[in-house]
Amino acid sequence: MDFDEILKIPPYSLDKTEKRGLLTERLLDLTEHHKKNCTGYARILASISYDRKNVYSHKDIPALPVRLFKELSLKSVPQSDIVKTMTSSGTSGQAVSKIYLDRATASNQQKAMVKIVSDITGAGRMPMVILDCPSVVKDRSMFSARGAGILGFSIFGSKKIYAFDDDMRLDIDALQRFLDQHQGKKKLLFGFTFMVWQHFYKELLRLKEIGITFDLSDAVLIHGGGWKRLVNEAVTQGEFQERLKNVCRLGASHDYYGMVEQTGCIYMQCRYGHLHASIFSDVIMRRPIDLSECTIGERGIIQVVSSIPESYPGHSLITEDEGILLGEDDCPCGRKGRYFKVVGRLKNAEIRGCSDTYAEKFG
Amino acid sequence: MQRSGGAVILMQKNLDKLEHDIDAVSDDLAYLIGSRETLLGMPSVKSSIPFDDGILGFLDDVAKRLMGRPDIRDFPDVATLGFWIRKAATTKLKERFYKKDGDVRLGRGVVFHIAPSNVPVNYAYSLFTGILTGNANIVRIPSRDFAQVEIINGAIRASLKDHIDMEPYICLVRYGREQRINDMFSSIADTRIIWGGDATISEIRRSPLMPRASEITFADRYSLAVIDSGQYLASKDKDKIALGFYNDTYLMDQNACTSPHIVIWVGDEKERAKKRFWDDIHEIVKKRYTFQPIQGINKLTKSYLLAVAQDGIKIKSHGDNLIIRVDIPKITKDLMDHKCDCGYFFEYDCEDISELKGLCDDKRCQTIAYIGGKEMLLPLVELGVKGIDRVVPVGKTMDFDLIWDGYDLYGQLTRIIKFI
Repeated sequence: MDFDEILKIPPYSLDKTEKRGLLTERLLDLTEHHKKNCTGYARILASISYDRKNVYSHKDIPALPVRLFKELSLKSVPQSDIVKTMTSSGTSGQAVSKIYLDRATASNQQKAMVKIVSDITGAGRMPMVILDCPSVVKDRSMFSARGAGILGFSIFGSKKIYAFDDDMRLDIDALQRFLDQHQGKKKLLFGFTFMVWQHFYKELLRLKEIGITFDLSDAVLIHGGGWKRLVNEAVTQGEFQERLKNVCRLGASHDYYGMVEQTGCIYMQCRYGHLHASIFSDVIMRRPIDLSECTIGERGIIQVVSSIPESYPGHSLITEDEGILLGEDDCPCGRKGRYFKVVGRLKNAEIRGCSDTYAEKFG
Repeated sequence: MQRSGGAVILMQKNLDKLEHDIDAVSDDLAYLIGSRETLLGMPSVKSSIPFDDGILGFLDDVAKRLMGRPDIRDFPDVATLGFWIRKAATTKLKERFYKKDGDVRLGRGVVFHIAPSNVPVNYAYSLFTGILTGNANIVRIPSRDFAQVEIINGAIRASLKDHIDMEPYICLVRYGREQRINDMFSSIADTRIIWGGDATISEIRRSPLMPRASEITFADRYSLAVIDSGQYLASKDKDKIALGFYNDTYLMDQNACTSPHIVIWVGDEKERAKKRFWDDIHEIVKKRYTFQPIQGINKLTKSYLLAVAQDGIKIKSHGDNLIIRVDIPKITKDLMDHKCDCGYFFEYDCEDISELKGLCDDKRCQTIAYIGGKEMLLPLVELGVKGIDRVVPVGKTMDFDLIWDGYDLYGQLTRIIKFI
């Protein structure tokens, strides 16, 4: 099955049965493709005696742990076809994922993302304020998750400015000028959750106290990235969005869940606060003890499948995040498919033993 | 006269330096047992005769206090420790090690112990070994708050009240990674004992020792289990064996250097034996082990990494993530670089024991746990392998002894005064 055919279908229009048929066929094809073209992947399938006859749905496709992409260079196309290598944002010293993209996969990522995001923001480009500094995207050969996110979302911007200088200070005048220039038009704000909080919200709050305010009622904010650092600030998701609204009359804000290992297939938050799986991908919550599937409302490890990856075997991944499936096909926002929330990261294991290095290695 | 006067001045100088050093780090150093004065006195405290009555009496007191606790059943590791320092047990050690041959043995002096951070009772074994052999002991205690540490220290403190003469020999301290404190203790140590593996060893080794001081290091090691399938199936003690194997592995999250990472099957009934063995283990793990969600992901990741590195492996589970077994068609040189913990086992069908040569001809190879006749392992050892320090029955891998990890701790912590 060709990805172009999937692209023709509206992203939240298929119910459970239709979507299962579509994803199962596409993911089975991808599994065969990677098996043929990636030796490492083929060996993994062999080690668990994979047999496509046992696959009844896309949920039965073996999932690779995301950490594998930090340890190995897995690709299913010749090196000469690679046009981009994406890396995850790791803190210093940590290994980063390396994701190899050829032209087709890179382009399909973008096309899928356009479909998904337009469903939330409406079609067409908008003036866009990037809540980050310009230097984060400078080295184009190696995309960090932050840079990749910004570049990925930049396709929705007609005119763009970076709101921060390289010291992450809000450029008040530039922002005001930009807003004035595009008065009356719907605008897009984009940034990483923690950066938005730390360098945008807090600054707006300070400015408000000295009488400088912004009216962002015609803007929609899309923000992503982990909540881990905001937990330290004791800010919940609801509070984050509420407080932003209060400080600048922000029109709407949408969180999204996604990872560099499956770029393109992001999970956008609807106005009811639910993250949604589009027809390009799906989430399956797994019980840690045996990786069986959780029921609705049960907390589990998040598995993600994507119909996009052709250049690397990342079409079915088990993450180290935990989430809860909230429902399927029946979100009040009208979107079909699964909707869920993310609870957080799996805790590192505290283990006993003679060697002191373990905790540090995984800490 | 002049000379001995010079020596006295030199000693006084060293003492002044020690006092100065101790005061300089006093903010970063916590005393759990002992004090600044204990530390200051250590270089000049008299060495004891190993296993002398005062020592055995003191340790027996500690043992009684530990074993007499109403909650001792909740702490099997503390109970085992207490059992090891009972007078009946230490007297046996004395009979084994202390030879009346006309020479005199004395403790070497000051022992500086660096305990591992993840094993609650390990520091106590190290300390008691230092005490048994007649030494004064400075022990760096792990920073994590283990209940066991408080229990054991409580028993030591209480026993010291009745054995004041033991006080100068024990100083338990807690501090972070301050190198200057490592420097200070290393500068007065006659023997330094480093637990905690390769990384800790290289960190502590930045602190110099005195010219005649010695060092005992417990490096990163791995261990294996060899099971004779026929003898295992014939055994009447299969339940005991299963529990023993559980204690060898899961009890320490399979992360002790003594925990087997590979199970090697010999004999003619391998498949039948495997089925019974792992079914039994699985039952126990299900009942006793606290599974942490990330462990399943860690084991899955490790097994897939190995699958990519080595063609032909087979990954098996028991329908869940408690036990992950990986069938190895061939023992490769880098196999142990792929080891994991918390219930992750390589398995190998062995036709001839010499196939294990590569695995054991490695200085990291420590313990072989066996089921069956231990003599089956002799041909392997006689190949002149560089590894293997212990060959012990399954269930006994963690039983501490003065011969440990290839070291004769009694020999290394004492000195012989030769009388001819």
